[in-house]
Amino acid sequence: MRRLVVPFVVLLTAAGALTTACGGDSAPAGTVRLLTHDSFFISDDARAAFTAATGLRLEVRRAGDAGSMVNQAVLTAGNPVADVLYGVDTTFLSRSLDADLFLPYQSPLLAGLYPGLAADPQHRVTPVDFGDVCLNYDKAAFATIPPPQTLADLADPAYRGLLVVQDPSTSSPGLAFLLATIATFGEEGPYTWKNYWADLRANDVRVAAGWEEAYYGAFSGGAGEGDRPIVVSYASSPPAEVIYADPPVGEAPTAVVTDGCFRQVEFAGILRGTRNESAARALLDFLLSERFQEEVPLTMFVFPALASVELPPEFVAHTRVPTAPLTMDPARIEANRDRWIAEWASIVLR
Amino acid sequence: MTARSRLALAVVAAPPLVFLLAFFVWPVASIVATGLFPSGRFAGGAFRRAVEGGLPGVAWFTLWQAAASTVLTLLVALPGAYVFARYDFPGKRLLRALFAVPFVLPTVVVGTAFLALIGPGGLLGIRLDGTIWAILAAHVFFNVAVVLRTVGGLWSHLDPRLEEAARLLGASRGQVFTRVTLPLLRPALAAAASLVFLFTFTSFGTVLLLGGPGLATLEVEIYRHTTALFDLPLAAVLALVQMAGVTAVLLAYSRYQERRAVEQALRPAIEVARRPGTPAERALVGGTVAGTALLLLGPPAVLVARSLNTGEGWGLGYYRALGRPGRAGALLVDPLRAVGNSVSFALVATAVALVVGLLAAVVIAYHRGRASRWFDTLLMLPLGTSAVTIGFGFLLALDAPVDLRSSWLLIPLAHALVAVPFVVRAVVPVMRAVRTRLREAAAVLGAPPRRVWREVDLPLVSRAAAAGAGFAAAVSLGEFGATAFIARPDTPTLPLAVFRFLGQPGRLNFGRAMAMSVILMVVTAAAVALIDRLRPPGLEEF
Amino acid sequence: MLEVQRATVRVGDWSLEGVDLVVGDAEVLAVLGPSGSGKTTLLRAVAGLQALDAGRILWDGDDLAGVPPHRRGFGLVFQDFALFPHLDVGRNVEFGLRMQGVPAAERRRRAAAALERVELPGIERRRVATLSGGEAQRVALARALAPGPRLLLFDEPLGSLDRGLRERLTGELRRLLSSLGVTALYVTHDQEEAFGLADRVMILEAGRALQVGTPEEVWRVPDGEQVARFLGLRNILDGRVTGSRAETAAGTIPVPPGTPEGPVRLVIRPGAFRLDPGGTILGQVMARTFRGEAYAVEVAAGGVVLEAHLPRAPSPGDQVRLAVDPAGITHL
Repeated sequence: MRRLVVPFVVLLTAAGALTTACGGDSAPAGTVRLLTHDSFFISDDARAAFTAATGLRLEVRRAGDAGSMVNQAVLTAGNPVADVLYGVDTTFLSRSLDADLFLPYQSPLLAGLYPGLAADPQHRVTPVDFGDVCLNYDKAAFATIPPPQTLADLADPAYRGLLVVQDPSTSSPGLAFLLATIATFGEEGPYTWKNYWADLRANDVRVAAGWEEAYYGAFSGGAGEGDRPIVVSYASSPPAEVIYADPPVGEAPTAVVTDGCFRQVEFAGILRGTRNESAARALLDFLLSERFQEEVPLTMFVFPALASVELPPEFVAHTRVPTAPLTMDPARIEANRDRWIAEWASIVLR
Repeated sequence: MTARSRLALAVVAAPPLVFLLAFFVWPVASIVATGLFPSGRFAGGAFRRAVEGGLPGVAWFTLWQAAASTVLTLLVALPGAYVFARYDFPGKRLLRALFAVPFVLPTVVVGTAFLALIGPGGLLGIRLDGTIWAILAAHVFFNVAVVLRTVGGLWSHLDPRLEEAARLLGASRGQVFTRVTLPLLRPALAAAASLVFLFTFTSFGTVLLLGGPGLATLEVEIYRHTTALFDLPLAAVLALVQMAGVTAVLLAYSRYQERRAVEQALRPAIEVARRPGTPAERALVGGTVAGTALLLLGPPAVLVARSLNTGEGWGLGYYRALGRPGRAGALLVDPLRAVGNSVSFALVATAVALVVGLLAAVVIAYHRGRASRWFDTLLMLPLGTSAVTIGFGFLLALDAPVDLRSSWLLIPLAHALVAVPFVVRAVVPVMRAVRTRLREAAAVLGAPPRRVWREVDLPLVSRAAAAGAGFAAAVSLGEFGATAFIARPDTPTLPLAVFRFLGQPGRLNFGRAMAMSVILMVVTAAAVALIDRLRPPGLEEF
Repeated sequence: MLEVQRATVRVGDWSLEGVDLVVGDAEVLAVLGPSGSGKTTLLRAVAGLQALDAGRILWDGDDLAGVPPHRRGFGLVFQDFALFPHLDVGRNVEFGLRMQGVPAAERRRRAAAALERVELPGIERRRVATLSGGEAQRVALARALAPGPRLLLFDEPLGSLDRGLRERLTGELRRLLSSLGVTALYVTHDQEEAFGLADRVMILEAGRALQVGTPEEVWRVPDGEQVARFLGLRNILDGRVTGSRAETAAGTIPVPPGTPEGPVRLVIRPGAFRLDPGGTILGQVMARTFRGEAYAVEVAAGGVVLEAHLPRAPSPGDQVRLAVDPAGITHL
């Protein structure tokens, strides 16, 4: 029996030693950890600037798409894998607040942000950037007929077979677009969002699983090789088409329909259970600083929350920031999202 | 069983068992328990909700599309496995490595290539996207390599004299195949079929991408309910149903394998394979290789073409652009670092998978009986378990005694979890087929049991182990499932780099994503080719 | 010295039951028996590959129970040779020496010597898959010999070879074994092989040892009908002896001196018959088979069928008279 136990003990000890040696979670005191989604980006220069200013090393941890990241944070509430979370957006905000993920923190830089972005009076989350989910269209396809002006236009038989959207249950812009239609057509009255989607279905709307499949697979504009000239994407997509054109172009091949844009604000917050709250605050302040804010348009193709940041020229020339984007109360989203998605599926997919 | 051999069994079985318990059973149990017992009370309503929410339909679709995909994959792959096993032809080694490529390509990348072929305005002139046919075609594409390797491995060692004997006894070619070859290949066929079934049973990206939102497997529903809807009780029910289905199939497989195992006189591959002689043979070899190549290399060829087709004509512009900083003055992702990360993870994952897999294979191959059957099933289960379940389970379970939840180590461990079954599957049939006579010969010549294993079994199975390791490496290089749901350090791998580029609009980004995919393909093919070559010395002919 | 005492192995309905045998130093003992007789099981038990259900196996008086095969220091030549397909000839032969930790140079020298002894010098680098049947057999023998085993076990090592080769190798093996002075246990179903090789022969049938003796003893005086039948002696007749004659169903025949009076069972060797117009056995030829030196002729006489080896061949249907040489008759 003893001979049986010995190898076990040796093995477990070895495994333990290995995992400890390999880092585990033995973050040094001078490190601050940021939990974020796969689309997050920070340049090496900005990282170095953060370390230079604070003496802290930034460790980025990624956890899939925004939904997956928020849910992981909820599962580990109070015992987090990081100090700060960045990237919870309007559609998931309520869930994260309900789960009591964050410690309140009122950054001194809040005053410089665009008004109206902040969503939590207790300052548990702080807006860092925002993006507008808008219809994009392939300019080349609308040489003879005019491009759509409003969401309602899409139900017009003239635009039959032209639109591709994303499944709201698997795609963040897809969910934003569904919310845009609910905000536009409402849940009451003779013509609700459900009627609208029934019309879209009759008008041969195509549904793709995610943004990549819709934009690169089904959309005809930009690099896409599909056959649909209208796609749900972002207000920042046309500038991206110019910046990442090949060969360089003077004019964006796509354009934005400014009606029916849904504004997604991305927030950051200090995770309850952080081992270093002051470092976490420093990181949050850094996310709001000019150094970081000025690179987000070109790295993540979102708009900075800091009002004083000048947008790159391509953003000025090739897109329009919607003046009156649609929004929705995060609590209302949280209360209805699952039902809306299920109803949407029964209208569009069944 | 003597006390001594029981002790030996325990020692050999312990590492794989501990590995599985720590990195699979405990995490999955944690997440399922969290789902089923929210705030400590059993959420029985989730079962009712699942049934009302269309679970039976989803389960049925999951099952039959997996069965259909498996049968189709076997049918498509068998001619290729035969030709690779029985004939020598120029470029065989290269093609064998290339044919493993589809297996590791990220679904999104292949999806776009597939859409270019069978989607709107597709090169093939037929539209299959949004239909079950697109899913089946993609499943065949992804999994042919599994059958080619697993079945081809055994086939290349089958004694051709057995078939000759059957011919002389009056059997027609068809009868020889159905009465002699097929039964002899059964262990490998069953192994390959069970793997393909598991992959397609838990298919996620392919179904999401090519099937359109109307068609959903259990895996897709688990993903939706976990990450988007955060309905953990329902996700737990779905995960249980999925695992129950997978377990049933695996146990049936395991029983079958035990009953059917025959000791076989294996021959060195070099003796089995020969150059095609007659024109008919040349036509057979040429036709089969060309057909398989067309199927397997068509979509990758589309990727290559796209990566070279820049806005300024054909060229390497997109590849050069990989290392060029963007407009913000920073590199979106450093391609060299991505290659380095991917290769390092693959090395660690392959090493872990080899050690765990070989030890587990010893237990399964030499100690028959119910316990070993359950062990085999348990090892395979991670393949049939949702990546979301495992990823989220890691998060819940691995915080103590050491907080591993966001260690880089989790990535190769998750890869190894998925890769171990490949090693086991590749090795067990050969281990069982190694003749007892050889072991006895070694024992009588003075080799103690462990030495027998090292001197006889290990060299003989290492060919199979190399094949398994090749797969393990490939799995690790291309894996995107579980790692996407692990809170991982900022260590971009090749598939993640592809996604970075694909996640932003602009022709240049799309081109760079294609270029990165091609690099992923090349690295994978190189890794597989290298491991195929790394067979221990003295084994060239076996 | 190898001693097997009351060795018993039970497998389902079949069993090896209480077999005793002794193989003295430098002696070659052949265990001769038909398939299913248990000879291979006995051999495997000696090698340690098969556990005994009862009985003991001793080497120089030490009980080998609990000594695993790799510590017994025995060599075994398998029927199908069991050469390692992943090793070349040289490394196959060196295998046992390597297990003993013999240094490489010494190993190579001794492997070369072993190959030389089996008359296959210089084939170390050949792959085993390219060996002919006879070559493989010799390599297997060289492999078993190389580590210098205290006992050599042979499991029908010539069984899969053609007749001519088998006869030649039997002779070579005999010379080799006697020149090495090695102790050997040799299992076969072929009596010519057993008689040609062994100092003593044990007849095993259905798990029981029937007779042990020198080849001559066993051949001359089979111990019982089973042994006689196994040795291919099919002319077994009941008779009643009076003086030097016996009355049998086939006729009255002479018996050798010393045959007891009264009822007796007699074995007549086929070679003891001759065609003789004055012979006492009158019969009819049923069939004949050409055997080179003689014809094997089946003769029906008085309700029994006798096999006779005759230099001239009567045709089937012919009436013949046969005389018997009493030297070719034994009683059981």
